[in-house]
Amino acid sequence: MAISDVYDFYRRMEDDHIILSFKGAFTEDLLTSILHIVEGKMEDLQVDTKKKKRVFNVLVESFQNLYHHIEEMAPDRGDSEKDNSAMIIVKYENHRFTIITGNFVNSNRIPELRHKLDTVNALNDEALRELYRSKLENGGRTEKGTAGLGLIDIARKSKNKLDYEIIDVTESIGFFCLSVLID
Amino acid sequence: MDNLIIEGTPKTPTVEFDAAAGKIVLKGRSIPENSIEFYKPMQDWLAQYGSTPATQTVVDIRLEYFNTSSSKCILDFFKKLETIKDSGNQVTVNWYFETDDEDMQEAGEDYEAIVGLPFTIIEVDEI
Repeated sequence: MAISDVYDFYRRMEDDHIILSFKGAFTEDLLTSILHIVEGKMEDLQVDTKKKKRVFNVLVESFQNLYHHIEEMAPDRGDSEKDNSAMIIVKYENHRFTIITGNFVNSNRIPELRHKLDTVNALNDEALRELYRSKLENGGRTEKGTAGLGLIDIARKSKNKLDYEIIDVTESIGFFCLSVLID
Repeated sequence: MDNLIIEGTPKTPTVEFDAAAGKIVLKGRSIPENSIEFYKPMQDWLAQYGSTPATQTVVDIRLEYFNTSSSKCILDFFKKLETIKDSGNQVTVNWYFETDDEDMQEAGEDYEAIVGLPFTIIEVDEI
């Protein structure tokens, strides 16, 4: 980016009502910082408790979803740029929060990912709650403790359909964009 | 046996397990990346406590938030308590939620439906 583009870059973020954006390596400490910043912002904006909690929840789940998946794919990567770099953006406009994430995924995981998202998007609140409950009760878990409940929980807290897109970067790597609205 | 006390952090709850009083408290936020690691000492403590539990065990869950990876560990924690109850002891759970936090209320109801323990779901102004 040329120095003359900095203002445009800033303007673009301002016009898009972005209150936080980060691109880089996802670490445990980063989540703590992001939560701290967004919570402070929500205090200033006097966001009601229920919405505050939902935003907080979606932030935690989206972040940790990425965090675990990035770890999973790290061994397959030689490329340092894509290694554990991901993106998170939080927008606030007209009392609506949007949490956008972008990260690389192995192409062989894409069909499963699409299937999960489409399943979640096809369900209403009550059906999502039942799916969550049955997965909690009967589902397995990886050694890191992830239980495959992340996307279901995000959908439950969002109360909106999950907007997503997966872009093919190379034959074996895709870029997964997820946009979650909390209104 | 020793009590289990763990101080809360921005990502993990305050843990206060008092063996003699039969009082078990979990309070705050539970959003660690590695929940299994965090909940392990609690499972171990409960396993030991189960051999000589207090006549009555009261469990207070005052969680502000928990992530999905904690949700499984919380279920395991309740299941452990269920085995203590099934060996003829009294175990009750008080599940607290903040006014308007229907998500936390529903979470309590879901655990109540899955686990064979008597739950009281209690609304409070502040957790």
